[in-house]
Amino acid sequence: MSLLDVRDLTVAYGRQVAVKGVSFTVGQGEVVAVVGESGSGKTTTANAIIGLHPAASGEVLLNGVDIAGWSQRRLRSIRGHGIGLVPQDPSNSLNPVMRIGRQIGEILKIHNYGDRADIRRRVIELLTRVGLDDPERRAGQYPHELSGGMRQRVLIAIAIALRPGLIIADEPTSALDVTVQRRILDLIDDLRKEYGTAVLLVTHDLGVAAARADRLVVMKDGLIEESGGVREVLAAPASPYTRRLFQDAPALTARPYKPFDAAAEPAIVVRDLVKEFGPFRAVDGVSFEVRRGTTHALVGESGSGKTTTARVVTRFAEATSGEVVIGGDPAGPRAFRRRVQLVYQNPYGSLDPRQTVAAIVEEPLRNFRLGDRTARRARVRELLERVALPGTLLGRRPAELSGGQRQRVAIARALAVEPEVVVLDEAVSALDVTVQAQILTLLEELQRDLGLTYLFISHDLAVVRQISHTVSVMSKGRIVESGTTNQIFDSPREDYTRELLAAVAEPVR
Amino acid sequence: MRWLSWAVIALVVLWAAMPSLFTGYDPLAGVPAEKLQGPSAAHLFGTDAVGRDLFARVVHGSVHSLSGALVAVAVGLVFGTLLGLIAGSVRGVVDEIVMRVMDVLLSVPGLLLALTVIILLGPGTVHVALAVGVGSVASFARLARAEVVRVRRTDYVEAAFGSGGTFAGVLWRHVLPNSLGPVIALSALQFGVAILAISTLGFLGYGAEPPTPEWGLLIAEGRNYLATSWWLTTLPGAVVVAVVLAAGRISKEIR
Repeated sequence: MSLLDVRDLTVAYGRQVAVKGVSFTVGQGEVVAVVGESGSGKTTTANAIIGLHPAASGEVLLNGVDIAGWSQRRLRSIRGHGIGLVPQDPSNSLNPVMRIGRQIGEILKIHNYGDRADIRRRVIELLTRVGLDDPERRAGQYPHELSGGMRQRVLIAIAIALRPGLIIADEPTSALDVTVQRRILDLIDDLRKEYGTAVLLVTHDLGVAAARADRLVVMKDGLIEESGGVREVLAAPASPYTRRLFQDAPALTARPYKPFDAAAEPAIVVRDLVKEFGPFRAVDGVSFEVRRGTTHALVGESGSGKTTTARVVTRFAEATSGEVVIGGDPAGPRAFRRRVQLVYQNPYGSLDPRQTVAAIVEEPLRNFRLGDRTARRARVRELLERVALPGTLLGRRPAELSGGQRQRVAIARALAVEPEVVVLDEAVSALDVTVQAQILTLLEELQRDLGLTYLFISHDLAVVRQISHTVSVMSKGRIVESGTTNQIFDSPREDYTRELLAAVAEPVR
Repeated sequence: MRWLSWAVIALVVLWAAMPSLFTGYDPLAGVPAEKLQGPSAAHLFGTDAVGRDLFARVVHGSVHSLSGALVAVAVGLVFGTLLGLIAGSVRGVVDEIVMRVMDVLLSVPGLLLALTVIILLGPGTVHVALAVGVGSVASFARLARAEVVRVRRTDYVEAAFGSGGTFAGVLWRHVLPNSLGPVIALSALQFGVAILAISTLGFLGYGAEPPTPEWGLLIAEGRNYLATSWWLTTLPGAVVVAVVLAAGRISKEIR
């Protein structure tokens, strides 16, 4: 008998059916990864299993007992005891005004673990177990005093407090840096070996799923597209959708490195760049050059100074010292905006919600008075075609577009003034893998056709490997190592680079 | 119930626009023989001490109250939003100075502030409207500033600067339209508050001169007959209450 047996589970939000008859099992001590793109119903499935969202029909058998129809009151005896939950966002999932120790103790108290001394002892034991240093002190701290990785450890401690047979981990590491991500996943792995706990891992990250799971469940539009052992599914995906998904995932498919031509003239030269915020040095003596028509990636973890560098390069922030030269000569503020354009990470925030697509793309043309009305309108159509968007979208507003379409609009806007340099700040990080693959292909095409120079800011090494010619690895405001993508990935010289690479899935390492 | 608040406002606006459609009586000329009659089919709201039809006076009076409220809201909306926009987008010293002045305005009770302005300007319908409007500038400015500060930080505003927009251009095209939603909702609310404030000042005798049928003045005039003729205060009061509640309800909906 399986530990968890989900049979024909259907979940609806009002009239919208999000999960349409899903069946799978999780065996004792097994890691099953549910993967899929946003809106595929994977999180809803997880929530329905633990009763956070009522199932419309179907069975959820936990140790052979159907808990699908249970009342919230009855489910309380299972939550924490039979099933532990590790939520997605470590920054929002802890009560900010409650000390860490009490938050872990709460679950023990609810389930009548013992008296205060017992609980206190167990809390310290748990904090030690999830690898927090100085557990006595940590127990007395508030969530804001802990880093994201530490908070995720606390959430794991809560999930394992009563040694449940099953842990549901919903995107447990998506908000974390790659090196932290690896340590958290290692921790979950250790705990599984130690206690024999089964893990239902919900993730959009195919690299993580491939590296950590025993079995894969691929979801799409509320249905299971394919399921089976990780090796079998990866080696020979049966459904065309799964095949596409794997091909598109930069983490699973290694592409040949881009040839780098060192002869081209530099389009961006950054020398000894320093940016201070008060006493804090966000960027500390950064220098790099980007050849015309190539892509240079700045990679690093959060707080490494890569975004600040991008903002100084695009003149949205002023350098404390050092210089940035674009296209060989200094330009006035307005001329500069025609040369350098920035594409933002979040396509939901970078487009004015009240403007139509046509008005958004036309705006730079209006600002620089390029052509009259009819000429501008023709140019907008041409730009939309350039980014492969149908002309029917011209009258739509951003809210009526998908994430990928929005990012295409943002790219079209950036291209409107024919810039030499486009700075892409995590421009594909918020997108699903298939959409991400399409945008990356589009960026490559545009570079080839228009001779664009890209400065590509990313935390995702797999994507960087695919798109960039040269790479600079940043940490704590400094460039640790730089070279061609080939050099960085195949023969890293620095330990920090090696550590970053170790966190990436095997095929692309 | 949503239609009801709109219906109340629509009715009152129609009263103001075409009063003769709703009542055949003259609001100023009374028939002394019919004085102080209670509500009846002939006189819907009854008659006052000189035999004027009260319903006619309420209907004809709506134009004074509504236009006054409109002027008051316009003053608050335009100046408040402008100050908020400047403070929120320029920031720094300008922000500090403007907002501290607004804080001082907010700290003075609205009625006292309006009375002060009237004492400076002298009584009269327009002056009362201006006085009430000045009193609401601070709340508009505060809300507008908060919205502007929020919108200023968004990526799309930065992107607009990034695509070569000038400061004024970006404010006009992106910051202002995206900040205006809550401000419009506040102006609907302020419309009701202004009617109340104008009626209050009319009641105190600073607004329209008798025999102008202004709502506040109607209630004030009826005060002397409170014991004998309840309708003289109650019915115009009920009209004011209905309009103020309807405006508040609509404001909630817009927000």
